[in-house]
Amino acid sequence: MRLNKIILSFVSALVILFSTSVVSFAKVVGDKIILGAAISLTGKYSSNGVHTQNGYNMAVDRINSMGGVKVGGKTYKFDIIYYDDESNPKRAAQLAERLISQDGVEFMLGPYSSGLTKAIAPVTEKYGVPMVEANGASRSLFTKGYKYLFAVLAPANLYLDVAIDLAVEKNNGKPVTVAMAFEQDAFSQDVRLGVLDAIKRTGSKKVIDDKLPKELNDMAATLVKVKQMKPDVLVVSGHTKGALTAIRQIAEMKVDVPMLAMTHCDAAKLSKQHGKNSQYALCASQWHKTLTYKDNFFKDGMTYAADFEKEFGYDPPYQSAESSAALLVFKDAFERANSFDQKKVRDALAATNMQTFYGNIKFAPGGQNVDKPMVLFQVMCDDSGKCENKVVAPTKWASAKLIHPVPKWSER
Amino acid sequence: MDFMVFQYPMITVQACLDGILLGILFALIAYGMALQWGVMNIINIAQGDLVILGGYIAYFMYLYGIHPAWGVIVAPVIMYFLGVLIYKLVINKVVDRDLFISILATFGISILFMQLMNFAFGADVVLANSDYGTTMLFNNNVVLPNSKLFSAFISILFAICLVIYMKKSKLGRAIRATAQNARAAKILGVDTEKVYAATFGINAALCGVAGALISITFTIHPYMGLPYTIRSFMIVIVAGLGNLPGVAMSGMGLGVFEEFADYILGTEFRIGSVFLLLVLILVYRRFKLSRKREYLK
Repeated sequence: MRLNKIILSFVSALVILFSTSVVSFAKVVGDKIILGAAISLTGKYSSNGVHTQNGYNMAVDRINSMGGVKVGGKTYKFDIIYYDDESNPKRAAQLAERLISQDGVEFMLGPYSSGLTKAIAPVTEKYGVPMVEANGASRSLFTKGYKYLFAVLAPANLYLDVAIDLAVEKNNGKPVTVAMAFEQDAFSQDVRLGVLDAIKRTGSKKVIDDKLPKELNDMAATLVKVKQMKPDVLVVSGHTKGALTAIRQIAEMKVDVPMLAMTHCDAAKLSKQHGKNSQYALCASQWHKTLTYKDNFFKDGMTYAADFEKEFGYDPPYQSAESSAALLVFKDAFERANSFDQKKVRDALAATNMQTFYGNIKFAPGGQNVDKPMVLFQVMCDDSGKCENKVVAPTKWASAKLIHPVPKWSER
Repeated sequence: MDFMVFQYPMITVQACLDGILLGILFALIAYGMALQWGVMNIINIAQGDLVILGGYIAYFMYLYGIHPAWGVIVAPVIMYFLGVLIYKLVINKVVDRDLFISILATFGISILFMQLMNFAFGADVVLANSDYGTTMLFNNNVVLPNSKLFSAFISILFAICLVIYMKKSKLGRAIRATAQNARAAKILGVDTEKVYAATFGINAALCGVAGALISITFTIHPYMGLPYTIRSFMIVIVAGLGNLPGVAMSGMGLGVFEEFADYILGTEFRIGSVFLLLVLILVYRRFKLSRKREYLK
C-alpha cells in the first residue's frame, strides 16, 4: 500500500515536472524561437501545402544564416514545428490546440487555404497567440475582429476587381457586360463579391452568374451560355480545376470572349499544361517574380526565384513567396518588440510597415495587408509555343502591354 | 432557374448532344458495375477510384510523350491485372458474404486508393491533351469537341466487343452461367473462383478505358471518383442487372438529364440533381414493388 503511494506520488511529480518544463521551454529554447504550423502535407491541398512549407523553410534558413533575430541584445534562430493537418479543418484546429497547449508554442504560422485558416484562427485567438498567415485570403477572416491574426496577402475580394476596371478602361470608360462562373467555396465567393462591387462601381452589367460545384470537371453549359450572350469579360474562379477546365473547354468549344480573367493560373501551371491554348488568359496573382520590391534578405523577386529554384527545383509559385514573407514579418516584429511577450509582439505586428521582396506589408485593423495591390498577368506565347506569364496591370509594375481584345479562335 | 436552354433551339440541341456523348461514357462504367454486381453480388464503391486510376495511366503516358489515346489500350491491360489482384487479396473473402460486408470492403478499398493516388501522383488536378480539335455543326452554332466524340466511339466499341465476347467465348459463357446460378455452374464444372477473378478484372479494365477517356475529355484528381461511382450505381438501378440496352439507354438518359439540370438549375446542382434523381427512383421502385405485393396478397 505504502509502496503504491510512493510510486503514485513519484509519477505525478514527474508528470508535473515534465509538463511544466515543456511549456516553459517551448517558446524559446536556448537560442531558438520555436514557431508552430499545421500544414497540409497530405490530402487535397498537399501540393500547395508543400509550396507553403518550402516557402517557410527557405525563409528560416535565410534569416538564420544571415544573423538570425536580435532580441534584448541576444541573437536567436527560428525553428518551426510542423504537423500535417491532412487538408482537414477539424484536424487543423486540433493540431493548433496541440501546438499551443502541449508543445507550448507561443507564435504560429498559418496553414494553407482560407478554410483551414478559418478553423485555426479561433484557437490562436483564444490563447492570444499571434499568427502570421500567408495563405488565407477570404474576406471573412478579417471581419471577425480577430486581434492576433495577420495576413501578408491581399484579401480575396481584391483578386479580380482589377480585371473589371481594366475592361472598362479598354472600353473607353464605358460599362461592360460580365459573365461570371465561381466555385461555391469561401475563397471563390469572396472573389465574386469583389467582382460584384466592381461591376456596381463601374455601372457594368452581369449577364451570367454561374456557381461551380466542388467536383467540377465540366463547364460546357456555362460556356454555351457565354457563346450565346457574348459578354465583354468572362471571369472564372474555381481553384486549379476551374482554371484547367475553363481553358480546355474554351479552346475546344472555340468560345470567343474579349477578356478572360481567372484565379489560380499559377498553381494550375496553365501554360505548361495547355500550351498555346492558354494564351491571352489574364490571371490574378499575389506576387510575380518580375515585381521590383526589395528587401535585405532575398534582395528581389528574381533573386528569390533563382534561389528557390536552386533549392527546390521548381519556379516558386506565389504561395511560396508569401509564406517566406510571413517569416520576414515575424523577424521584424520580434526585433521591434524587443521581447517575447505575446502582447508586445502582437502590438509590434499590428504596427508593421515594411517592404519585402514580396511586396509592402502594412496591416489594417482586421489583419489583412492593405499595402500590396494584386497584380494581373497575361499568358503570352511566342511562335515556338513557349509561354510566359507577363505582368500587365497595374501599370506601375507592368512588364508587357495587355493584348486586348483577345483574338478570335478563327484568327489564331 | 434559367430556361435559356429552351429559348434557343441550338442550345437545346447542344445540351442533348453533350448529354448523350457523356452518357455513353457513363454507361461503359455502369456496364462494368452491372456485370460484377450480377455475377458476384458485389456493389463496388471503389468503381470511381478505379476509373480515376485508369485516367492516371493515360496521363502518365501523355507525360512521357505518348499520345494519351493509347491509354485506352494500355490502361485496361494494367487495370485488368490490378482487378484480379484486388480480387485475390480482398474480394474473394467477401464474395459470398452479405452485401453489406462487400460494400464496406470496397468502401475501404476506395479510401485506400484515394489516399494512395494522392500520395503517388499529388493532389493536383491534371489532364491529358489530345489535340483532337473541334467539330462545328449547324453553322457553327453547335460545337462538339472531337475528344468527346472519340470517347463515345471508343466506349461503344468496347461495349460491343464485350457483348460479343460474353456470347461467344468460353469464359463469357462461364461468366453468364455463374451469374444465373453459381452453385449449378460449379456442379457442372465451372471454376467459379476463376470466373469471379476474371469478372472483377474485366470490370477494372472497363474502368481503365473510361478513365483514360475521362483524362482526355475532362480532368482527373485523386478525390474525383465518388461521383462516377454514384452515377454508375444509379444507371444500374434504373436499368437492372444483365440488361445492356437498358444500361446504354439509362446512361444516355442520365447524361442528358445532367446537362439539362446544369442549364436550368445551374452547374452547382449538377451532381446534386443526380443524387436527387437516385432518391426519387429508389422511392418510386419501392412504391411500385409494394403495390405489386399488395396485388399478390
